[in-house]
Amino acid sequence: MSLNRREFLKFGGTTAAGVAIGARGIDVAPVEAAATSLKIKEAKVAHSVCPYCAVGCGQLVYAKDGKIIDIEGDPDTPHTLGRLCPKGAATIQLSNNPLRPTKALYRAPGSDRWEEKPLDWMYTELVKRYYDTREKHFIEKEKGKDGRDVTVNRLEAIASLGSACIDNEEAYLLSKFNRTYGIVYHEHQARV
Amino acid sequence: MTTNLIDIQHADVIMATSNMAENHPVGFQWVMKAKERGAKLIHVDPRYTRTSAAADLHVPIRSGTNIAFFGGLIHHAIENNLYFKDYVVHYTNASFLIDPAFKTATDGDGLFSGFDTSKKTYDRSTWKYQLDADGNPKRDLTLKDPHSVFQLLRRHYSRYTPDMVERVCGIPKAKFLAVAKLYCEHSGPEKTGAITYALNLTQHTTGVENIRALCMLQLLLGNVGRPGGGVVALRGHANVQGATDLELLFHELPGYMAQPLRDVHPDLATYLDKETPKGGYWINKPKFFISLLKAFYGDAATEKNEYGYQWLPKRASADAYSHQHIFVDMYAGKIRGFLAMGQNPAVGGPNAKLARAAMQKLDWLVVNDIFITETAEVWKAPGTNPKDVKTEVFFFPMAPAAEKDGSLTNTMRLIQWHEAAVKPPGDCTSDAAFIVRLAHRLQKLYAGSKKDRDQGFRAANFTYGEHPDEPNMELVLKEISGYAARDIADKDGKPLYKKGQALSTFAHLTDDGATAGGCWIYGGVINETPDGKLVNRAASRKPADAKDYLGHGWGFAWPANRRLLYNRASADLTGKPWSEKKKLIWWDPQAPGAPDKPGKWVGLDVPDFNALLAPDGKNGDKPFIMRADLVGALFGPLVDGPFPEHYEPVESPVVNLLSKQQRNPVAKIWEVPDEKNVLAPVGSKEFPYVITTYRLTEHHLSGVMSRQLPFLAELHHSHFAEISHELAGELGIANGEMVTVASPRGKIHVRAMVTSRLKPFVVDGKKVHQIGVPWHWGYKGIDALPGSKGDITNDLSATVGDPTVFIQETKAFVCSVKKGVV
Repeated sequence: MSLNRREFLKFGGTTAAGVAIGARGIDVAPVEAAATSLKIKEAKVAHSVCPYCAVGCGQLVYAKDGKIIDIEGDPDTPHTLGRLCPKGAATIQLSNNPLRPTKALYRAPGSDRWEEKPLDWMYTELVKRYYDTREKHFIEKEKGKDGRDVTVNRLEAIASLGSACIDNEEAYLLSKFNRTYGIVYHEHQARV
Repeated sequence: MTTNLIDIQHADVIMATSNMAENHPVGFQWVMKAKERGAKLIHVDPRYTRTSAAADLHVPIRSGTNIAFFGGLIHHAIENNLYFKDYVVHYTNASFLIDPAFKTATDGDGLFSGFDTSKKTYDRSTWKYQLDADGNPKRDLTLKDPHSVFQLLRRHYSRYTPDMVERVCGIPKAKFLAVAKLYCEHSGPEKTGAITYALNLTQHTTGVENIRALCMLQLLLGNVGRPGGGVVALRGHANVQGATDLELLFHELPGYMAQPLRDVHPDLATYLDKETPKGGYWINKPKFFISLLKAFYGDAATEKNEYGYQWLPKRASADAYSHQHIFVDMYAGKIRGFLAMGQNPAVGGPNAKLARAAMQKLDWLVVNDIFITETAEVWKAPGTNPKDVKTEVFFFPMAPAAEKDGSLTNTMRLIQWHEAAVKPPGDCTSDAAFIVRLAHRLQKLYAGSKKDRDQGFRAANFTYGEHPDEPNMELVLKEISGYAARDIADKDGKPLYKKGQALSTFAHLTDDGATAGGCWIYGGVINETPDGKLVNRAASRKPADAKDYLGHGWGFAWPANRRLLYNRASADLTGKPWSEKKKLIWWDPQAPGAPDKPGKWVGLDVPDFNALLAPDGKNGDKPFIMRADLVGALFGPLVDGPFPEHYEPVESPVVNLLSKQQRNPVAKIWEVPDEKNVLAPVGSKEFPYVITTYRLTEHHLSGVMSRQLPFLAELHHSHFAEISHELAGELGIANGEMVTVASPRGKIHVRAMVTSRLKPFVVDGKKVHQIGVPWHWGYKGIDALPGSKGDITNDLSATVGDPTVFIQETKAFVCSVKKGVV
């Protein structure tokens, strides 16, 4: 009996895969019994990707009652074969962590503390900052090298940094927002 | 990277230049697999690490001397006739003739022809090909012409002898020759080698030239586009590749197209004329660019208004707006508001003290992150009285990947979809939700504006699906991938796409406003059936198998699901694999191809080439399709030269032995007031040691995603500096005691890890000490675990940059080390 790594991990990881191993002629009953007693029993599984380095290890995220209960490597992933490093194996604590803030926070000028604020208030105030800064500092036209007026539609008083930690779709939306708003100080971790 | 992690197993030799075993541990399994198959592993790194432990040969190198090392290998390959001649002659520009007025740095004592001493820039007018009467580059296929790229390359690297490598890099000559033999002998039809790198090569004032040097070595040895070969770029963040493709960068728009410059690109026609090369696949740039404008501005982008081109911001200069420019300009008061989304410059960027001082001058700061970062609490930074910081701070709590839908592009260009397992708690949202909420609310304020300058922003769509505040991420990916902006028919009038339907490939993008596509290289990641069903190829999950070792059914690799770039180079001129052992794609003359003519490229990967272009067709033997001349660039003009030249880091304990030019003559050095960017002189007695920064397996970058996780935070006792027994002995430092590491910018207090993993180097007969310091620590962490907090290593680094991309020099600068807390 020889199992490749993917089969081996499935063997230990989920009840469904235990059945697949059964076809290979070993007794799966004890394994199934052990697996059904695991905490991931009846959990919903989502396919995910490790959020740490750029190897992009496939992950399986198990959730029950709206809470993540386990995250492990996805053995089907061709380039990682279900392996995770210490950071990948700790991914669950990005979600389940008493230090994680779940409220929007505001710090007033000169203050020495955060204040919890409703999200709606946060957006309303932030939008005013963006709007006022743009109105005050926008550069519509500028003299070019040859002395002629060039339309430049540029806003230099707001900068944007990040992120190599957000999704492609988010990176695109931020790229689109900053560019259509005129922001040119627009960077992320790839530069450094 | 040009290749794929899985394919590393086919290498015969691997040269790791970063600490892959500890920083990309799961990817490193393919290096180990190659070793099981008989490959040799060389590790070139100042420190002995777990990568060295797995290596056949560990080669300690003084930080900042990579070009001297690679130049030595290029010299060795050429002078010993070890390069892959057929590949070099036909697949690179080695045979191309250069302007006779061009002079190498061997002739100019470290300078190429055209240097303007007063402006400190190059006039690059001699760095060009000789052209024949038809405008094509002149070539000499014998490679003997003294003006051929090959002979110039040979002349340029004639100084990079094994003796010189020993004197500059501190690598004993015998050891260097052993590496040169081991690496270069694995070249040719039957053999390939791969080189891995990470920030070890990029964070230098010669960063881009470092990478070019290794690419040139790979081209000389015929290691690009072939199984087991390649340039293995190992990126550090989950989506640093994707965020680069989508261009969260000042200088380019999504899909690697220039952000317009005021003095170069005043209008769309000029932009397209200047930015579209005359050859190679980039001749299609107008299609990609106009489709991008359509994706940004929608129906408001019309032929009449240059598809909205004038709404795009134009840069005032090419030397502006980069990460380091941001903090210099912020400190000067020019920037008033700042969004830090998933980035922590109070710790993670160079000269972090300057970054914090700059942020304390802002009117307002927005931080979006999973945890409260040092950046969010810049008003609590050590030595700061919160009362003095008048900056308003808005903190929005964010959701990690497991709580949202979306895709990440890994280091091998593989786009992988992740699904939300749960809803984020409390006020936490995706970053996407934040952006569209901000945009929608702002758009309301401009709703009545009649000003030209506001019309682009008013026209931009930020609604994807039914819920304006909760975008459907597959619809965002569809816009990135490309869709029909109106009904499209073929030339016979047969309908191809309905308005709004996703395009199946970037080859269907057009320059007439009929298509929209936010990032052309992602074209085809979303497909759509005629009845409107989306097929998300990033979410495809078919494991690899014996028939498809590269796993084409898992995710979607840009471009067009190709797993090895430039893979036409895996076959010879006639389209046959160079060898059976190294086959990847090949020309099958019998395969059903075009309707009128059989023949097609087939094999184990999607061809990175026109699949129907026969080897004997026009340009059918030129693999490097993204280059205007269709060949790999041994001669490749950058800002600082067409061949990489060794210069010492801006801060160095030694003089440059290769030329009179001490440092990169066009390096970017920022002047910052208030002594915020003081540099040590060459050979400083006050700061005599080389310092390099690095990362650890158990921590992540600036620590946001590790120092507040108990599983990880407890794995390292405390912040530390690695110091050799020899240096510790000289300074009387015992293992574990506190030391002070200082540079002209700042100082940190850390524990000494006295180790034999580092050894002093002998540089031109003199002993040079080097220390290593990880950079994960900051003033946030877990209170119950004091070791999770620590001083900020980047307080030591300087605001200096590579002249092409402005990356900083954190891998090689100078410091002092003192016993105790002083």
